[in-house]
Amino acid sequence: MLEIRNLHAGVDGTEILRGIDLTIDAGQVHAIMGPNGSGKSTLAQVLAGHPAYEVTDGSIVYDGRDLLELEPEERACAGLFMAFQYPVEIHGITNAYFLRAAVNSKRKCQGLEELDPIDFMNLLEEKLEAIGWTDSLMERPVNHGFSGGEKKRNEILQMAVLEPRLAVLDETDSGLDIDALQTVAGAVNKLRGPDNASLVVTHYQRLLNFIVPDYVHVLVRGKIVKSGGKELALELESKGYDWVREPAEVA
Amino acid sequence: MTKLPDVRKKYLADFAAFSGNGGSDVPPWLVELRSEAIEHFNRQGFPGSRDEQWRLTNFSRLKETDFCLANGDRPPLNTDEVRKHLLTAGSDQRLVFVNGRYSEGALQEHVARYARPQDNPFTALGTAFMSDGAFVHIPANVVLSEPIQLLFLTTGAAGPTVVHPRCLVLVEESGAASVVETHIGMTDGSYWSNVVTEAVVQDNAQLQVYRIQREGGEASHTATTQSYQGRDSSFDLTTVELGSILSRHDINAVLDGPGAECRLYGLSQLQGRQHVDHHTTIEHAQPHCNSWEYFNGIYDERSRGVFNGRIIVQQGAQLTDSKQTNNNLLLSENARADSQPQLEIYADDVKCTHGATLGWTGGRRNDALVVDGHAGCRQDRASK
Repeated sequence: MLEIRNLHAGVDGTEILRGIDLTIDAGQVHAIMGPNGSGKSTLAQVLAGHPAYEVTDGSIVYDGRDLLELEPEERACAGLFMAFQYPVEIHGITNAYFLRAAVNSKRKCQGLEELDPIDFMNLLEEKLEAIGWTDSLMERPVNHGFSGGEKKRNEILQMAVLEPRLAVLDETDSGLDIDALQTVAGAVNKLRGPDNASLVVTHYQRLLNFIVPDYVHVLVRGKIVKSGGKELALELESKGYDWVREPAEVA
Repeated sequence: MTKLPDVRKKYLADFAAFSGNGGSDVPPWLVELRSEAIEHFNRQGFPGSRDEQWRLTNFSRLKETDFCLANGDRPPLNTDEVRKHLLTAGSDQRLVFVNGRYSEGALQEHVARYARPQDNPFTALGTAFMSDGAFVHIPANVVLSEPIQLLFLTTGAAGPTVVHPRCLVLVEESGAASVVETHIGMTDGSYWSNVVTEAVVQDNAQLQVYRIQREGGEASHTATTQSYQGRDSSFDLTTVELGSILSRHDINAVLDGPGAECRLYGLSQLQGRQHVDHHTTIEHAQPHCNSWEYFNGIYDERSRGVFNGRIIVQQGAQLTDSKQTNNNLLLSENARADSQPQLEIYADDVKCTHGATLGWTGGRRNDALVVDGHAGCRQDRASK
C-alpha cells in the first residue's frame, strides 16, 4: 500500500530525514518511535504533504501512485489521513460544519453523493457513540478553547468519520489521560481491517500496550536504525534509546 | 525601622539552635541546603511594604510575634476531631502530620530545586528549618485511581509557634496521581504555618493537587506551591482558602516542555478581618503550552483579598495559549479586593487574555449568599 524508498527531506535547507525505507501493507499497523528531534513528525508531515517540508531525494508510492506528486487534498481524497500532533484552532467554523465539509469533499472525489445535514448528523451520532463522546463540542469552533486532550480526541473523531485507508497518527497519544488514551487506541483498533493500515508515531511506549503494532521502527537522526515486532517497544522501554543510537553515526 | 534586623536575628539564633540539635542524623546535603537557605533568608529578610511583590499585604503580624519552632512532641489527639477532616474516598492513602513532622525519604535530587530559597524569604525560612515532609513518588506509567491525602494539623501550644510543613510530589513519565493537601488548625491560638510544596510532573505525566487551607482563626499562613512540568504533561491545582487571619500563597508554575498544560483554580471565602493574598506566576518556557487560571473571591465584613497574576511567555514559547480570570464579589462595603494582572510576553505568535471583575452586592447581601449557597458554598450562611 505504501512504499517509501530512500526518502530524504528537510525544512529550510536543514536535512532531517536522511534515507528512510519503509513498506506498509494493507492490514498492518506500524509504530514509529524515537527520541526528540529524530524526525518522527517530519515523516508524518511529508506523508501528509505539508508545504514547508521539502523532499530532496527518494520516492513514496501509495497504491501505485506517486504520492509526492499529489496535493494534500488529493492525498486526503485517496484515503490518506493525518492526525496532527498540535491540532490547529479554526475560529468561526463549527466542528460539525468542518466535519461535514471534509466528509463531503471526500465523497465528491469518490463520485458519491454529498450528505445533507440530516444524513450527516446521523452518521456523526453513530461515530460519536463509537468513540464515547457527546456532541457538546460539535457546535463550538474547531478546537477553539479545547483542552489538549479534547483536541486529540477531535482528531480521532475526524478519523472515525473519514474512514481513511491509511491513517497517520502523529503523537496523538501524547498528554492524554488513561481514559482518553484508551479511546484513541480503541478507534485505531476499530479501523484495523484487511484494506486499511495505520502508521502510529509515538514518543511514549505506553501507547503500544493498547495498540499492538505488527512492526515497530526506531527512528534516530533521520534514519530507521532498528525494526522489529512489538517486543522491540518493550526493549526500548527498559533500555532507553541509547543502545540503538550508534548506527546512525555512519552517514 | 529598627525592628527588622532584630526579627531577622531571632530566626538566625533559632536556626543555630535548630541545626545544633538536629545535626546528628541529618545527611550532609541537607545540612548544606539548610545553611544556604538561611543565608538567603538573612539576605532577604521579611518583606517590607515598599517591595512591589509584597506591598499589598502587611506582614507586621509575623514580624512582631515571637514564634517558637514547634517541637517534635506529638500531643494527644482526639481521633474524632481528626476524622472529620479525612476524605471519605481512598481511605487508605493518607499521611497525617502533626505540627509538620513525619519522616525522611530519598529526595535529595528534587527537593528545593524548584522552589528556590533565593526567590522568596518564606521559602528560604521553610527550607532552612526543613526536617520533615511528605515525599510522594509516583514511578513511570503508574496511574493511581484514588487520591492521596496529606493532612497537616497544627495543635495549640503555650506560646506562638511556627511550623514549616513540606511536600514534594514527583510524578515520573506517563504516571498519574491526585493529591489532596489539607491544612487544619486545631487551636484558636496564634501560630504561623509556613508551607512549601513542590510538584514535579515529568513528560506525559498528570498531576492534580487539591489544597484546602482551614487554619485557625488567629493563625498566619504563608505558602509556596511550585510546579515544574515536562513535555506533554498536565498539572491542575485547586486551592481553597477559608481559614487563618493572614494568608499569603505564592503559586509558581513552570511549563518547560512542548505540549504541557496547567490549570490553576483558586477560591477564597473570607469574613471578619481575614486577609488572603494570592501571587501566581506562570512561566511558558516552551512552545505549544496552554495555561488556564481562574481565581474567585467572596469577601464579607472587613476582609480583603489580593490577586496578582503574572504570566511570562519566553521568547521561544510560540503558540502559547494562556487565559487568566479573577472575579471578586464584595458582600460588605468594608471589604476590599485588589487585582493585578501582569503579562510579560517575549514571543510574537501567542494568545494571552486576562480579565478581572469586582462586584459589590449593594446591600443585597442575603440574596448574594443564597446564590452562593446554590453554588455549593457555605449553605449555613446562605440560609441566614
